[in-house]
Amino acid sequence: MENLKQILADALSAVAASESESALDDVRVHYLGKKGALTALLKQLGHVSAEDRPKFGQMVNEAKSQVQEKITERKSSLAKAALDAKLATETIDISLSGKGQEVGGLHPVTRTMERIETFFRGIGFDVAAGPEIEDDYHNFEALNIPAHHPARAMQDTFYFNPTTVLRTHTSPVQVRTMENTQPPIRIICPGRVYRCDSDQTHTPMFHQVEGLLIDENISFADLKGILQQFLNVFFEDDLKVRFRPSYFPFTEPSIEVDIMRTNSKGEESWLEVLGCGMVHPKVLEMSGIDSEKYTGFAFGMGVERFAMLRYKVDDLRMFFENDLRFLKQFK
Amino acid sequence: MKFSENWLREWVNPNISSDDLVAQITLAGLEVDEVLSASAAFSGVVVGEIISAEPHPNADKLQVCQVSDGVEQFQVVCGAPNARPGIKIPFAKIGAVLGADFKIKKAKLRQVESFGMLCSASELGLSDDHDGIMELPAVAVAGEDFRSFLGLDDQIIDVDLTPNRSDCLSIAGLAREVGVLNKIDLSPVEIAPAVVAIDDVFPVRIDVTDACPRYLGRVIRSVDVSATTPLWMVEKLRRSGIRSIDPIVDITNYVMLELGQPMHAFDLANLSGSIVVRMANKDEKIVLLDGQEVALRDDTMVIADEKAPLAIAGVMGGEGSGVNSETKDIFLESAFFAPLALAGKARSYGLHTESSHRFERGVDATLQEKAIERATALVLQIAGGQVGPIVHAVNEASLPEAATVILRRKKLDQYLAMSIDKAQVTDILTRLGLEMVDVTDDAWTTKVPSHRFDISIEADLIEEIARIYGYDNLPSSMPQAAVNFTPLSESKTKIQVLRSVLVAQGYQEAVTYSFIDPVLSKQFLPNIEPVPLANPISADMGVMRPSLVPGLVKAYLYNQNRQQSRVRLFETGRRFIGSVDALEELDQQLQIAGLLAGSRDGEAWYHNGEKVDFYDLKAHVEMIFALNGGVKPTYERSACEFLHPGRSADIFVDGCFVGLMGELHPQLSKSLGANQPIYLFDIALEAVLNARLPEYEAISKFPEVRRDLALLVDRTVPVSDLERVICSSAGDGFKNVLVFDVYQGQGIDETKKSVALGLTWQHPSHTLSDEEVNNSVEKVVAALSEELSAVVRG
Repeated sequence: MENLKQILADALSAVAASESESALDDVRVHYLGKKGALTALLKQLGHVSAEDRPKFGQMVNEAKSQVQEKITERKSSLAKAALDAKLATETIDISLSGKGQEVGGLHPVTRTMERIETFFRGIGFDVAAGPEIEDDYHNFEALNIPAHHPARAMQDTFYFNPTTVLRTHTSPVQVRTMENTQPPIRIICPGRVYRCDSDQTHTPMFHQVEGLLIDENISFADLKGILQQFLNVFFEDDLKVRFRPSYFPFTEPSIEVDIMRTNSKGEESWLEVLGCGMVHPKVLEMSGIDSEKYTGFAFGMGVERFAMLRYKVDDLRMFFENDLRFLKQFK
Repeated sequence: MKFSENWLREWVNPNISSDDLVAQITLAGLEVDEVLSASAAFSGVVVGEIISAEPHPNADKLQVCQVSDGVEQFQVVCGAPNARPGIKIPFAKIGAVLGADFKIKKAKLRQVESFGMLCSASELGLSDDHDGIMELPAVAVAGEDFRSFLGLDDQIIDVDLTPNRSDCLSIAGLAREVGVLNKIDLSPVEIAPAVVAIDDVFPVRIDVTDACPRYLGRVIRSVDVSATTPLWMVEKLRRSGIRSIDPIVDITNYVMLELGQPMHAFDLANLSGSIVVRMANKDEKIVLLDGQEVALRDDTMVIADEKAPLAIAGVMGGEGSGVNSETKDIFLESAFFAPLALAGKARSYGLHTESSHRFERGVDATLQEKAIERATALVLQIAGGQVGPIVHAVNEASLPEAATVILRRKKLDQYLAMSIDKAQVTDILTRLGLEMVDVTDDAWTTKVPSHRFDISIEADLIEEIARIYGYDNLPSSMPQAAVNFTPLSESKTKIQVLRSVLVAQGYQEAVTYSFIDPVLSKQFLPNIEPVPLANPISADMGVMRPSLVPGLVKAYLYNQNRQQSRVRLFETGRRFIGSVDALEELDQQLQIAGLLAGSRDGEAWYHNGEKVDFYDLKAHVEMIFALNGGVKPTYERSACEFLHPGRSADIFVDGCFVGLMGELHPQLSKSLGANQPIYLFDIALEAVLNARLPEYEAISKFPEVRRDLALLVDRTVPVSDLERVICSSAGDGFKNVLVFDVYQGQGIDETKKSVALGLTWQHPSHTLSDEEVNNSVEKVVAALSEELSAVVRG
């Protein structure tokens, strides 16, 4: 018995002292092998009294498992230490940049247009597109702007010939949709538009999103509701909004929408952001829609204006310089 | 239109502040652009009277004046040549402040003391005139505060009127509107017919009665054109942005501002025979008041006499026939010209006048007599004279008819989503000047007043009611609409997905102008005649782009010049090819184009800054096509003029040309000043967005077998030919081929290249035996040898 205890103690300290897998193997052979010290004790079982034999046998077996367990434990801790040491030599500088290029980004006008589209798609509007070189009929006549109407002077038009223009708004897309579809119509028309004007606050090309909703019983209240919600959603703010009478030949009543802005000094001022109105009955009729049965509203907004407000861009012309130092800010 | 608030308040004076008035009319649709003070800020200036003016003892150009403020006399040294005894002038006393911080102090000018300053109009911010001190009328009372004397505590309100509201292009019209908004009555100026003193008339004949339904004329003899326009009138004109010229012209301008009727005055001595309102003869010449000679077109209405045109009707008078300093007798014109007859005419001659602005938008056709009487009264008051009877030339049939418009209760309520009280609706319409022909519970039948050209249909009346009721007071709601279902198409790639693929590859989206320099267009595409604009903003934006590429290259150069050497840009947009003469056939196709230049990954620690090449470009092109679900494009050598002939490709989908890509032609690149190779793609957006619905194909359970082949083949043979031959000869179970090495150079024939290919077979229904695969390989090798003279290496 005493012997068993001693052998076990020796074995455990030999395991603990082993510094390699092979040393552990030696320890295992020495104690647990066929000729090992603990194995030998089992062989002495015959010399033990019958009464003590089961107990002694059990003790030796327990000692054997204990040693085996310690060997396994020691082995894995040695393996882990070896791995740790190896990995330590493989350490790299994780502060260096990753391999591969930086990502690019969308133009702020596109970003803005996508936000606007997302809102209107979400409430069931489709997106429509159309040509940019337009005939006079779709850009003007069908919108209740006959030749020499003073409203034509409101929009400095690029001409190719007396009857062909660069569209001054995306409204011709609405006209084309009305010509080909019966209500209910719910569309927005994003795209490039052109006006013959270039200075600090005008570029000869810019982007608009116009929208059109025609159905039975569409009212001024619906227009107010949707546009107020749109502005709140777009600017992620509960904006103060006012609806102001204005004039567009293709809507009656016509409305301009202002939002309240606060400058850095805390001064408040109104800023015009949208034009809209109830579609003029003549415009509906000209495109083959019964103006007695249907009413609708249309609206239009300058995308650059929204982008400027949203991203605090103070120079309109930056949008078309394509300066990478500008573009890369919109990621 | 700019106007003096005080002048408006003479006509209608609601008990609200200036700020509220401005907000009120803005919210009624008369948008106020700007509100300015009627003069520069100054204080301490009074009406002074020069008692004496003596030469300065020590200075030739100065005078020493004694100036009275009605109580005391002050010695003031003054440099103005018109300073003389007896005149009244603005006198800035000691302590007066001019402008922001110019304080008048006691001073010594060449040893003579001076107590104050005599002011010119420009020093008070009243005009640009600084030729001497401002002379005030004799009625001015010395000592009166100058600001109150001139009513300068006033504001100039600049209202940006929409084209439909020509009725507000006058004080009378604005007052009418303010009266409606505040529900108060107006105090219009009283106009009585002038006492006719003489029988003289000058005959008027209208040849174009539709264009000129009404023309009133009147002779006034013996007017004194040397009279001075009264200061109150000069000031009102000034506050509306009109300079004082002479009393007669000032009066015609004044009446136009007051009542809205443009007028003209001729020198009777310069008129010959009679006034004829007619169309101009082609190329007839007239020298206008602004001095320019114009060759008229025959679509232009003129006021002529028996000899020659005197004025472009409703636009501008002629130089020879107007009032001048020698004028004794005048002929006043007050006419109604039909808006359509004048529409666009002024603009077509490069002109825009107060008169044409009003006539084009519409002048009240009942206003002419009132206006001529008002002008007559003012002429008599200011310049005297003897008045002749009014000559009326009128064609009643051509005068605009008062429209009858019916407003239905049902429509009104439906439009506004609320019901406004009947009495309130009637009240609004009545105040706006509409005559109630019939009012029931269901409808209002109204007659539109002559000044409201813009009201002709029911919706116009709804707008008027909404406007006066206040848009902000109307309800707001969300429309109720049926939910709309459309199939979710998978046959189109979303453009957002396409953009994000390019963004992930480091591309920045660009937006370049749709019009480009015609020279640049020709440099890129010499064989395409770009679509020219008739009125470009500038020569270098003269034509519509036939391709997105020139714009992107220009954007590259812009960035190169700003030390940005690694550039990746893409743009989507239309290109324009064809002729506007056949608009339906004009190609306005949406394209997606990209530009790639500079180092592959940017300057970084892990590589040597290798530059991008054709194959980077191709990877990106393949990537965007890969979005379409497996429709693989094919590539053929391109003959595009602006691309490197050896490093460019035309792209085809299903045999159709859809775009191109390649390196910018080195010669073009050099001439544009690019300092490194530029790679470009330009593809029809449609071709990239057309997608295929993925369809599952069973995955074989049997193992893949791969065989590698190293081939020697002529350098000129494209790898795609090898692939084609392999695919058609590799037999049953062939899966794919990939190229894992291409080599040319040392060790092999200089006309040859070595291509290493990995071929994979996998049969859907059994494990391929070595023998089967070997057979296939033999067939492949034989076919390659036969068709492309390819030889298996070693």
